[in-house]
Amino acid sequence: MDNLLSITTFIPAIAAAILAIFLRGEDAAAQRNAKWVALIATTLTFVVSLFILAGFDPSDTGFQFVEEHQWLLGLEYKMGVDGISVLFVLLTTFMMPLTIAASWNVTKRVKEYMIAFLILETLMLGVFMALDLVLFYLFFEAGLIPMFLIIGIWGGKERIYASFKFFLYTFLGSVLMLVAMVAMFSDAGTTDIVTLLSHQFGSESFSILGIHIVGGMQTLMFIAFFASFAVKMPMWPVHTWLPDAHVQAPTAGSVVLAAILLKMGGYGFLRFSLPMFPVGAEVLTPLILWMSAIAIVYTSLVALAQEDMKKLIAYSSVAHMGYVTMGIFAANQQGIDGAIFQMISHGFISGALFLCVGVIYDRMHTREIDAYGGLVNRMPAYALIFMLFTMANVGLPGTSGFVGEFLTLVGIFQVNTWVALVATSGVILSAAYALWLYRRVVLGDLIKESLRSISDMTGRERAIFAPLVVMTLLLGVYPSLVTDIIGPSVEALISNYDTDLAAAHAANQIAEASH
Amino acid sequence: MQADLNIILPEIVISVYAIAALLFTAYTGRDRMAGMLLWLTAALFAAMALWIGTTGQGTRTAFGGMFNDDGFARFAKVVILLSAAAVMVMGQEYMMRRKILRFEYPVLIALSAVGMMLMVSAGDLMALYMGLELQSLALYVVASLRRDSAKSTEAGLKYFVLGALSSGLLLYGASLVYGFAGTTLFSGIIEAADGQAPVGLLIGLVFVLSGLAFKVSAVPFHMWTPDVYEGAPTPITAFFATAPKVAAMALFARVVHDAFGGVVGDWQQVLAVLSVLSMFLGAVAAIGQTDIKRLMAYSSIAHMGYALMGLAAGTVFGVQAMLIYMAIYVTMNVGTFAFILSMERDGQPITEIASLNNYSRAHPARALAMMILLFSLAGVPPLLGFFGKLYVLRAAYEGGLAWLAVAGVIASVIGAFYYLRIVYYMYFGEEREPLETSRSPVQWSFLMVSAALMLLGIINMFGVEGMAQAAAATLVN
Repeated sequence: MDNLLSITTFIPAIAAAILAIFLRGEDAAAQRNAKWVALIATTLTFVVSLFILAGFDPSDTGFQFVEEHQWLLGLEYKMGVDGISVLFVLLTTFMMPLTIAASWNVTKRVKEYMIAFLILETLMLGVFMALDLVLFYLFFEAGLIPMFLIIGIWGGKERIYASFKFFLYTFLGSVLMLVAMVAMFSDAGTTDIVTLLSHQFGSESFSILGIHIVGGMQTLMFIAFFASFAVKMPMWPVHTWLPDAHVQAPTAGSVVLAAILLKMGGYGFLRFSLPMFPVGAEVLTPLILWMSAIAIVYTSLVALAQEDMKKLIAYSSVAHMGYVTMGIFAANQQGIDGAIFQMISHGFISGALFLCVGVIYDRMHTREIDAYGGLVNRMPAYALIFMLFTMANVGLPGTSGFVGEFLTLVGIFQVNTWVALVATSGVILSAAYALWLYRRVVLGDLIKESLRSISDMTGRERAIFAPLVVMTLLLGVYPSLVTDIIGPSVEALISNYDTDLAAAHAANQIAEASH
Repeated sequence: MQADLNIILPEIVISVYAIAALLFTAYTGRDRMAGMLLWLTAALFAAMALWIGTTGQGTRTAFGGMFNDDGFARFAKVVILLSAAAVMVMGQEYMMRRKILRFEYPVLIALSAVGMMLMVSAGDLMALYMGLELQSLALYVVASLRRDSAKSTEAGLKYFVLGALSSGLLLYGASLVYGFAGTTLFSGIIEAADGQAPVGLLIGLVFVLSGLAFKVSAVPFHMWTPDVYEGAPTPITAFFATAPKVAAMALFARVVHDAFGGVVGDWQQVLAVLSVLSMFLGAVAAIGQTDIKRLMAYSSIAHMGYALMGLAAGTVFGVQAMLIYMAIYVTMNVGTFAFILSMERDGQPITEIASLNNYSRAHPARALAMMILLFSLAGVPPLLGFFGKLYVLRAAYEGGLAWLAVAGVIASVIGAFYYLRIVYYMYFGEEREPLETSRSPVQWSFLMVSAALMLLGIINMFGVEGMAQAAAATLVN
C-alpha cells in the first residue's frame, strides 16, 4: 500500500463530502444517518490506521510510508510518519469514533456537526503526517475553521466571544510561523521537512535595530515557530484562550481540543523547533523551562479557584502541558520520551474527563460545581469511572498519568534542578484540585433536590469510556508499548540535536576567532 | 502600418463593436435591446480572451514602441476580459428587474475594456494616459448609471472629481519625466533612469505612482473607494472591484519595470509604504462597517496592499506573485459579488451585513459557498486565497522586505476579524426575519463555481502559476 497515509487522512473528508452532497432533510432519520455515517467513517479510519501501526518498524528512525507528489510553487505533497508522529496519528483515529459516539444526543444541525468533525479529523491527521512545511501549515491552520464553527454554532452562552478569541488568538500565533517558513524556504530552497531537518540554518549572532540577537536567524525563526506552538499548546501566559474555548465548546469539541489539538503544539516543537533550530532552542531553553514551571504551579492554583468543572479541567490541561514543554526542552531521552508519553496519556485522560463532565451536563445542563454533590449515591458506575480518571489526572502510579510526569521530571532534574523542584510541587497541587473537585461533585450526601432523579450511565456511555479505561491502565502498567515505538526516533532526534549544536558552536567560535 | 494594426486587432474589434452597438441601439430599440446587447458584449469579451490567450506568440511592439503585445499584456488582458464578461452576465438579471439596464451600459463597459487593454499594453506615457482616461471616463459615467438615485450620482461625481485630480497628478509627473528623460517612450526612460536617475525624474516618478495608486485605490489615495462602492449599483461595484483593478495593477507593474526598471531601489520604498498602509487601513477600517459593499471596498483596499507587496519586491517572482494574486483576487470577488447581488428582501436589494442573520439555516449551500469565499478572502488555508498571500509573502521576503511580510501577516489577522463577522452572522446568529435571495441561476452558478475554484484550485491552480511565470518573465528582464 503506497498511499496508506493519504487513505487514512482522507477517509473522513470523503465521508463528509458524502454527507454534504447526498444527505437531505433534518428529520430524525436524516439525523440518525448522519451520525452513523460519521461513526462508521471514523471507525474505518481507525481500523485503517492500525495497518500503519502494524507495518511500522520502530527500529527505523527515518520516515516511513512516504508519499511524494509535485505541487505548486515548488512545494510538495509529501506525507510520512516516524516514531514521533505515528502515535499521534493513532491517538487521533482512536479518539474520533469516541467523540462521535459521545455526540449522539446532539439535535441541532446534526449533519453540519458531523461534517465539521469529519473535516477536522482529516486536518488533524494531515498535521501529524505532513512532511512539507507548507502542507503542514495548511493542515495546521485549516483546523481553525471547523473548530471555529464547532464552538460558534454548537457552543454555550458565550460561544461567540470564545470562538472569535480562539480563532484570532491562534491565527495571530501562526502567521509569524508562516513568515519564518517563507524564510526557511528561501534559505534552504526547499520545503521538504526531511531535507530541512539536516539543513543548518545560520546561527551567527547579529544586530537589528540595535538589538543584539544571539543565535541569529535560528533564534528569530525559533521565536516565530514558538509563537505559534506556544499558543497552540498552550503555554503560560498565552493560554487564556483555552479556558474560554473549552468552557463554551460542546463536549465533543472539548474532547478533541484537549485530546488532540493541543498536542499539535508539542508535536511542532519536536518536529521543527528542536531539530531545525538547535541554537535558537538552546538560547531560549532557560526561559521556556521557567515558563513551564510557572505554568504548572500557577495554573494549578488557578484551577483550585474554579467554579466551573470544564474550566477547572481546562486549567489542569494547561498545567499538564507544562510538563510536556518542560520535558521537550530538557532535550534528553527521559525528558522527550516522557513528554510524548504525557501527550498521549493526557489525550486519553483529559478526553475522558471532559466526557465525564459531558455525562452529567447532558443530564443537568449545568457545569457549576456547586450544583452537584453526592452523585455517588445515584451513579455508582459514574463515580467509579470519574474516580479512575481523577486519579490518572493526579498521576497515580499504575495509571498512564504517572509515567509521563515521572519521566519528564527525571529528564528535567538532570538539566535544571530548580525547575524540577518547582515543577514537582505541581504534582501535589494537581492532587489538591482534582480530589477537591471529585469530593465536591461525587462524594457526600445527595442533598440537592434536583439531583434526586439523576440516572447512572447508559450503555452507550459505558461503551465510550471502556476503551479509555483500558488504555489508561494499560499504558500505566506497561509503558513500553509507547516507549518502544518512540524510543529510537527520540534517540536519533537527541543525537542530531547534540551534534548540530556542537557543530554550530564550533563554527561560531571559528567565525569569532577570525574577526 | 499593416503590421501595427494587426497587433492591435483585438482592441480594434472591440472598439468597432462598441461604436456599432452604440449606433445600432441609438437608432433602433432603446433599452429593450440592452439585455441582449449585454450578453453579446460578454460573449465578445470571452471570445477575445480566448483568442488572445491562445494565439498570441512572443513579444511584438507596434507604433514605434507605444504599444506592446507581450506575454504579460496577454495574461492581464485575458483576466480583464474574462472577469468583465463574468461580472456583466452576473448583474444582468439584477439590472433588468430594477430597470436600470440601459443600452449605454454594455457599450461603456466595452469602451472601458478597450481602455484597460491599452493600459496594460502601453509602452509610452501618452499611450498610458490615453488608455487610462478611456477606461476612467467610461467608468465615471457608469458609476452614476442610476440617475434618479442621489447616492449613485454622488458616487459618480466623487469618482470623477477625485479621478480628475489623480489624472492631473499623473500628467504632471509624466511631464516631469518627459522633461528629464527627453522622451515619453518607456524604452527611452529606462535608459535615462539607469542606476543613477536625476532628481527631477524621481519626482516625476513619484507623481506618476501617485496617479496610479489612485486607480488601484491604495492608501492614501483610497478615499473615493468606499463611497463609490456603496453608491454605485451593485453590478457596477462588482465591476469596479475586478477588471479595472487588474488593469491598474498591471499598468503599475509595467511602468515600474519597463520604464523605471533601472531604479528599483527608489520606487521600492514607495510601493512598500503604499502596501503597508493599504493593508492596515483596509483591515482596520473595515471592522466598523455595517454595509457589505463598503466592507468589500475596504477589503479590496487591503487586497491591493498585498498585490503591491508582491510588486514592491522588484523581482520577476514579485511580478509573478502579483499576477497570481490578482487572478485569485478577481475570482474571489466575482463569487462574493455574485452573492451580494443575490441579497434581497421583498425584491429590494439589501446590503446590510446584519440582515444575513442566520442565513445558513435557509440556504445552507449558498452560505457554505460564501463562507468558503470569505475564508479565502481572509487568506486562511487551505483555500486559494492563502496561496495568493504565500506567493506575495515569499516575493517580499526574497526581495529583502522581510518587515513588509511580517506587517502583511499581522494585517491579515486583523482583517480576518471582519470576514469572520460575516460568517458569524450567517452561522451563529439568532432566528430573525429571513433574507431572501433571488433565484437567478446565473448568480448561483457564479457563486458556486467561484467557491469550488477556491477549494479545487489548490491542487494545481489550473496552470495559472506557469502562465503567470511566463508572463512575468516577459516583463522583467
